[in-house]
Amino acid sequence: MREKLVLIGNGMAGIRTIEEVLKNDPDRFDIIVFGEEPHPNYNRIMLSSVLQGDASVDDIVLNSYEWYAENQITLHTGDAVKKVDTKKQVVYSEKGIVQSYDKLIMATGSNPFMLPLPGADKEGVIAFRNIKDCETMIETSKNYKKAVVIGGGLLGLEAARGLLNLNMEVDVIHIADFLMERQLDEPASNMLKEELEAQGMRFHLKKNTEQIIGRDRVEEVRFTDGSSLKTDLVVMAVGIKPNIELGKKSGLKTERAILVNDYMQTSAENVYAVGECAEHRGIAYGLVAPLYEQGKVLAAHLCSADAASEPGYKGSIVYTQLKVSGVDVFSAGVFQDNEKTKAIRVHDEFEGIYKKVVVQDNKVVGAVLFGDTGDSPRLLNMMRSGEDISQMSKVAILPSESSSDSKVSPVVAMADGETICGCNGVSKGEICTAITDLGLQSVEQVKQCTNAGRSCGGCKPLVADLLELTTGEEVGNVKEPMCGCTEYTHEEVVAEIRELGLSHPREVMNVLGWESDEGCSKCRPAINYYLQMVDPIKNADDPSSRFVNERVHANINHNGTFTVVPRMYGGVTNADQLRKIADVADKYSVPLLKVTGGQRIDLFGVEKEDLPKVWSDLGMRSGSAYAKALRTVKTCVGEQFCRFGTQDSIGLGIELEKKFEYINTPHKVKMAVSACPRNCAESGIKDFGVVGVEGAWELYVGGNGGVDLRGGDLFCKVKTKEEIIVTISAFLQYYREHARYLERTSHFVERVGLDHMKQVVLEDVEGRNALIERLEIALSTGKDPWKEIVENEEKQKEYQKTHVTMS
Amino acid sequence: MSTVNSVRKVLVATIQELSVGIGKRVKVEGIELALFKQEDHTVHAVENKCPHKGGPLSEGIVSGEHVFCPLHDWKVNVRDGQVQAPDQGCVNRYDVEIEGEQVYVFIE
Repeated sequence: MREKLVLIGNGMAGIRTIEEVLKNDPDRFDIIVFGEEPHPNYNRIMLSSVLQGDASVDDIVLNSYEWYAENQITLHTGDAVKKVDTKKQVVYSEKGIVQSYDKLIMATGSNPFMLPLPGADKEGVIAFRNIKDCETMIETSKNYKKAVVIGGGLLGLEAARGLLNLNMEVDVIHIADFLMERQLDEPASNMLKEELEAQGMRFHLKKNTEQIIGRDRVEEVRFTDGSSLKTDLVVMAVGIKPNIELGKKSGLKTERAILVNDYMQTSAENVYAVGECAEHRGIAYGLVAPLYEQGKVLAAHLCSADAASEPGYKGSIVYTQLKVSGVDVFSAGVFQDNEKTKAIRVHDEFEGIYKKVVVQDNKVVGAVLFGDTGDSPRLLNMMRSGEDISQMSKVAILPSESSSDSKVSPVVAMADGETICGCNGVSKGEICTAITDLGLQSVEQVKQCTNAGRSCGGCKPLVADLLELTTGEEVGNVKEPMCGCTEYTHEEVVAEIRELGLSHPREVMNVLGWESDEGCSKCRPAINYYLQMVDPIKNADDPSSRFVNERVHANINHNGTFTVVPRMYGGVTNADQLRKIADVADKYSVPLLKVTGGQRIDLFGVEKEDLPKVWSDLGMRSGSAYAKALRTVKTCVGEQFCRFGTQDSIGLGIELEKKFEYINTPHKVKMAVSACPRNCAESGIKDFGVVGVEGAWELYVGGNGGVDLRGGDLFCKVKTKEEIIVTISAFLQYYREHARYLERTSHFVERVGLDHMKQVVLEDVEGRNALIERLEIALSTGKDPWKEIVENEEKQKEYQKTHVTMS
Repeated sequence: MSTVNSVRKVLVATIQELSVGIGKRVKVEGIELALFKQEDHTVHAVENKCPHKGGPLSEGIVSGEHVFCPLHDWKVNVRDGQVQAPDQGCVNRYDVEIEGEQVYVFIE
């Protein structure tokens, strides 16, 4: 008969303890878990990523229902335990389950602290603590615009960033005179505030909220100084309080939380507590790493034959990392100066970097890092080990400050025993061993196999560095293979295609010894592109190596329908085209028509089987909105109607679009022509941007308005349209031949250097002419794909769907 | 169309209608299937719905017996319906029988 282990609380601390128990002795206990929330165990600290749109709820589930099943754990979700009888060793749940136990773990976590303000019960006043809060915020953002976050701590700022991502206006109210005052000193906090203001947050410091006003729903927040703010949503993020109701009711000794000793034992026999609901040596922790350390100790204790001899829990060093994109903040231990401490400080206001290492009795006792947190694992290790640093140089303490080569990763200097992932306690040695022994190749694989990076994700850059360090010959000089199917890099594959005259994706994979015969969704499209780039006349396209958008010449939507975008040269249309688009929209019940940023009209929600008919009825050419090719040429009005326009921007835009349409490129290419420096066509953030000035044109290259926003570089200034076309032609062909597949011009220009591009396109006349010649050959093969399919019934077959009825 | 116990054998396509490397959609009453023909002319059938966000697998890039969902690149084995690591899950699969040129699928 196995012992019964009952866990109250299906959160991170409790389940981590169970994971550790299973690791120690998988067959020792029958395990029963009660969870109040209707979800399997999820990563609460990643909620901000869900809110910020970087992850879905599914993405943050740590242990799926299958995991519980596989480990024969009985899970009751949506059922809270209401009573524990510590004498009879039985728990009673809300839904009426009566469960006896041999060992009981309380992991009831904590609740958000809600300020007891008048009006705090109104609709639209919430906390930021669980999936439901996240969903409420996302839902609210659909109908309302303004949000107030009360609390300028870690949680409040992460919530505020999420609300900004949801397109809400965000005001953050904070009672102290600087942000994150419990984690940061004033200089770091001020830098943080400046950065977040640049992201769009508004701060109101030293402000006390007095009252929340509104009819049913919150409408206004009033402060003690008499001022007020209109708002549609209030998120309270002022702190948490341990959830000890059940513990108290069950007669456990409590102070701020449930009191536990070094083995996490409470005052009742066979009852333990871990995580935020537990108080150890006067401290109730609210961060993830201590909870995991507690879980480990408790599991060892529960599974040990000689429990008393196991090492107990001695407390944790707490540290914090803010999870807001574009802001790197780290803080640990004692970070405020006092008379016993001395500090090493680095403050670079130009780079936005601040580092402070606090030293007491020749030992590192705390640190604050802003802007560059690469040294954080090393500092944490120094704090944990209590290493004497009196003989160390500054560079040994802050390796990233070795100015000679700041590219060297801090992991290089770390000893094998040092921790990389603080959340899960995974050392450099463990990760390196896993990489070598299991042949791991990606951060994701390391995460799966070692747990490193599975919680806050802050250590992922270091894991990536370790991968490089362990698998490559030299750090920073590691070949990046095209994908997991091969050792060859993009450049090597192109070279082999040229050298061996290869002509089909399958041939490339066979000849070059691909690990999987069939390739994958990464290498197949790349090889297909390279083949046609190398020989556009001889090498045929392989539709089965193309992503669906390019294969069916329309953009796939989330529900499997497609978006049709007809070409409108230079953004110019006419009444006849508009009438046709309107007729098609009616005929095929198109659910959404939208004008795009690229100046044309999208028809959303077309069924795949209707695509050929829609194209035929439109009678327009394909806009290539799906293609790795020239998308649009955006134009301003220019001299035709604008009182400032000095040049015919529409005319040039149309000419460029007609010249370069339907040519395959490594990634999408966008162009724009503006007729004056007011830049109404946004030429500064296009792959090729042209700006007309009095009597001349300026050509900008390598701009990108996407994820990595980058202003284009001024490439040259010319007098005529012809010169513009010649320059773009040569540039485009060089990009086609030398960029890696899926590398935008912005990254390409940064990689090879602007000077290099000027040299090959502007200075080397012979080379330029050869580039243009090769481009002309490639252009000669370009065809409108819609027309081809409309005119060819055989090609329409792929679009049809068979309907079978069972009778 | 014949019935074996409660499982029905349904004619869904002819072998010529299918191409290696491109999935085909077939709607059998309430269920949309994705058919995948292999190099060796065997055919696999799975429900045309990625377990992640319901993406139409028939539109994915096919590599042998794996298909990559067109929405978020999940890799699914069309032979056994299993999602490949690091993602997890599985998609309904259906037995297929080929008689001459006719492709049949067994549906409950």
